Amino acid sequence: MESRHPANTSPTVLGTQDLLATIDSVIAANRSVAGALLPMLHGIQDLLGYVPSTAVPRLADALNLSQAEVHGVLSFYHDFRTVPPGRHILRLCRAEACQAMGCDALETHLQKRHGLTFHETSTDGAVTLEPVYCLGNCACAPSVLVDGEVRGRVTSEKLDRWIQELRTTAGGNP
Amino acid sequence: MSVTVYVPNDSAAIGLGANATAQAISRIAAERGISIRLIRNGSRGLFWLEPFVEVVTTEGRIGYGPVEAHDVPSLFDAQFLQGGSHRLRLGAPESIPYLAGQERLTFSRVGIIDPLSISDYEAHGGGRGLRAALQAEPGDLVEEISQSGLRGRGGAAFPAGIKWKTVLNARAEQKYIVCNADEGDSGTFSDRMILEGDPFVLIEGMVIAGLAVGATEGYIYLRSEYPHALSILLAAIQNAHEAGYLGSNLLGTGKRFQLHVRRGAGAYICGEETAMLESLEGKRGMVRPKPPIPALSGLWGRPTLIHNVMTLAAVPLILDKGGAFYAGFGAGKSRGTLPFQLAGNIKRGGLVEKAFGVTLREMLYEFGGGSASGRPIRAVQVGGPLGAYLPESKFDTTLDYESFAAAEAMVGHGGIVVFDDTVDMAKMARYAMEFCAIESCGKCTPCRIGSTRGVEVIDRVIQGKQRTENLTLLRDLCDTLSNASLCAMGGLTPSPVLSALTHFPEDFHRAPALAPGGRASRTIRRH
Repeated sequence: MESRHPANTSPTVLGTQDLLATIDSVIAANRSVAGALLPMLHGIQDLLGYVPSTAVPRLADALNLSQAEVHGVLSFYHDFRTVPPGRHILRLCRAEACQAMGCDALETHLQKRHGLTFHETSTDGAVTLEPVYCLGNCACAPSVLVDGEVRGRVTSEKLDRWIQELRTTAGGNP
Repeated sequence: MSVTVYVPNDSAAIGLGANATAQAISRIAAERGISIRLIRNGSRGLFWLEPFVEVVTTEGRIGYGPVEAHDVPSLFDAQFLQGGSHRLRLGAPESIPYLAGQERLTFSRVGIIDPLSISDYEAHGGGRGLRAALQAEPGDLVEEISQSGLRGRGGAAFPAGIKWKTVLNARAEQKYIVCNADEGDSGTFSDRMILEGDPFVLIEGMVIAGLAVGATEGYIYLRSEYPHALSILLAAIQNAHEAGYLGSNLLGTGKRFQLHVRRGAGAYICGEETAMLESLEGKRGMVRPKPPIPALSGLWGRPTLIHNVMTLAAVPLILDKGGAFYAGFGAGKSRGTLPFQLAGNIKRGGLVEKAFGVTLREMLYEFGGGSASGRPIRAVQVGGPLGAYLPESKFDTTLDYESFAAAEAMVGHGGIVVFDDTVDMAKMARYAMEFCAIESCGKCTPCRIGSTRGVEVIDRVIQGKQRTENLTLLRDLCDTLSNASLCAMGGLTPSPVLSALTHFPEDFHRAPALAPGGRASRTIRRH
């Protein structure tokens, strides 16, 4: 539970062989897709929660690209992680409509009360906090995405409650 | 006989508890031995009333809202399934002034039908445009679109008819229709509402576009921030296939159209059409220089018709009722309707589809009811993060492309983000530069470097360091960004910055905070 990049499900408990087998299965499933690199990266992250560095040469090989090209795409998009996230992912919207309703105060609250800063995982491995720029929930701001589910009119009290729940539950994220 | 109950499956409604409300209704109905038919519809777009529950009674549909799960027992006690009176009863939805005052063309079915039911779709006018298009010649379809006066709803407002004609006349073995569903502008959610509330209208619009320009394949580039919309869209595509709206034998005519969905990966720049094409091809979302224009050389170098969700979703109605019908709405050269979105610090936030020509003030006060906080509205950003901030003196500007351009602003995708008088406009100007620095694709220097320098210059202004000189420098930098950037990202970032500076100069001349640090002096992180 105290590991550096804790995640109590697949990423860290998967052995190297299992990890590679997962990557290869995603590559095989998307091989005939046009413009396959993004679908493959999504496929890997959907299953593992991140894209391990070991995936890069395999993707390059499958798509006849250089590793630099694969790395270039992987690092271009904000969505893709290269380290395992926590068990749950909390995405706080930072865009204008949410700013108009006080998302800055929520960011400060998460930092002060819960020790959560953007792109980092809580020390107990429960929650990774990420910024997001618009969830399309702008009439009910401020908004967050908790493990893929939008929640609107967020207050610091609601965040406290949800984070308490997340800390005591498994799953959510692969 | 079972009573039909509607509870929205729109993600904003779910974000306010619609799933718990739906579960409570099912559970209590079962406990009390009452038979109901629960349908998960889209949202009517009156978000201060969500979760908005509707029941079908002998007097038509009756709405209740906002209904939270704990309200449900009392609704059953009040005989809400028969339209009984209750403190949350709102009467017929269409009689609510917010809805009654709209002109819903594109959104005519959203919130009314089961989004995944083709029979419901057709019972409410869906499919007629496609049936007409399957009998028509491509040139006639393009002509109908030209006559409608439809312009691109993604922001650039380019006449759709010209684009369609260009792709039609391009010679190639393969052409594509690409739908830009990378709705990244803060304050906008109309694309998401269509995808979740009436996805067939987008599918139908894309098929018609394919028939018109000679494209047999289409792609929808959907942002990853909309996971719920993705699942509904994928289910809708499957149902559309089964109903003959997609595939190799469209409604038995032997014509074909295949549709694919690709997920974005959290890059705002991929809403720019050429960056989106690169992303679809599996590459970094780097902007392409134009020419060549995508209509001639787009996806994989083939002629490609690119439109935003709202543009394509307007197409079926135009083919059903004719271009002249659509052109009958609007003002000046802005024909038809635009689904505006009221967002941010607004009392009645939601979706307001109106013909062009309504004023910003009517939107803010008659529809929106003023700010959510009850404080005076001080600034409004229209058209997303690249749109100008407007002060109260500009609220009488009419919402059409030309009037907004004259006010040095843009309608864009129709997002209206409201701020009350607690807003710090120097901070918002800084954020505009910061956002550009985070989201720049990095291809051109003014945008890549200029945005970071912009943050630094605004920081110095906020800190009170050589203000006059730094404000001159900021205007100079904005001039470079406006005139030398490759695309609208760098080219329009000065718009929120300069409008903040022009309309709210006092915010740039405040006494600096005593202690440096905090948010205003935070360095940019590459997210």
